[in-house]
Amino acid sequence: MSDEAIPEAGWIAPLLREELPGLGLRYLLVDRGSGRTPRSVKERMAQMSNRFSGPQAINLRHRPIPAAYRVFYRHIGLDPDEQPTPVEGVALERIKRGGFVSQNLLDDALTIAIIESGVALRAFDADRAEGRLGIRPTTGGEGLEGRPGGLPEGTLVIADESRPLALLFGATSAGRGVSPETTRTILCAVQVKGVPDIAVEEAIWLAASVLRGHGGS
Amino acid sequence: MPQELMEIEAVDGAARSTGSLDVATVDRGAVVERRARDDLRGQIATLERRLGELFASAFPRKGIEWRVGAVGGPRVLGTGELERVRDALAVRLREAQAELERRGRVEEDFRGLLESVIAEPERHRWVRISNEDVGEPGCRHWHSRPRWGILGMLMGWWRVRLSSGCPLALGRAAPANRHLE
Repeated sequence: MSDEAIPEAGWIAPLLREELPGLGLRYLLVDRGSGRTPRSVKERMAQMSNRFSGPQAINLRHRPIPAAYRVFYRHIGLDPDEQPTPVEGVALERIKRGGFVSQNLLDDALTIAIIESGVALRAFDADRAEGRLGIRPTTGGEGLEGRPGGLPEGTLVIADESRPLALLFGATSAGRGVSPETTRTILCAVQVKGVPDIAVEEAIWLAASVLRGHGGS
Repeated sequence: MPQELMEIEAVDGAARSTGSLDVATVDRGAVVERRARDDLRGQIATLERRLGELFASAFPRKGIEWRVGAVGGPRVLGTGELERVRDALAVRLREAQAELERRGRVEEDFRGLLESVIAEPERHRWVRISNEDVGEPGCRHWHSRPRWGILGMLMGWWRVRLSSGCPLALGRAAPANRHLE
């Protein structure tokens, strides 16, 4: 896959297109899994830690993209103060731990891209997903693998063509996330009303470039 | 009832009354319902943005409740649930505004007192005012104290001492350890 690959648009269930205009899913396949974080990426995270402190975290709600996710959370019945949006979650960790702490290459790539863009990103194991990805409400009896009980009907999930992979802004099905054995990764961005296409593409490209080893400081 | 809620109720009521005139078929009813949900989502967006602005302007004040509570998701909410979210946001916004206004008045009083303390420390003996009291970030405080301890007390030599700020988060480290990172 070339570095210039364009993120693919995921499908959105018709009901959601009507009820939640602006909701979208974009994803990109990257031919590698996670691994150890190189020094250049660690340095980049250290620089980000210096740039991003309490005042920036407080002012996140003023920035259009994080604010758009907060509004969307309200629209789908989530409380962004109880379950922080992705960018606020990363910012909260930064404040609690005193810096962006490096974990592994994939998580660090997502952290960098989320903080730089504000866009909600996550990753799946490409070899464990079937066909195109999209967002839809669950039907009766569906659940997330590895979790007891079914999901309430109508729960919004990111799904492939056969099963739910993760809750929208929530838990991932067992075995569908990226593990040390993963060799191909799907980087996936959830777009909501108020988040421009260019920000979503930039977020995915940024995460992909870090993952491919071109994203150092 | 909070003003935001009354404004919103007025808009919503108008939408509903307009809709009731048109409801002739089930399809039309569904369209009206969907329009109502769109309106509610717009109102929720407005209230959430106002609450976000208030949150940022409230910094560094602590102890203000910002949570609204989830109605259970992620899923597409019905009209009633969207109304609950909107009403809860409106109430929270009103309560937060009221609390900030109340604190603003108290802080203004403290600022007035601080000016008096700085101007005439001998008339405000041992008075201590912190940044938190005047609604500012940081740990600085002003303290009216006698110069030279007991001698200053006897002689009436009072002054305001300004503290140096917040203690280090991790305490003092040995010089060698400061360069580990």
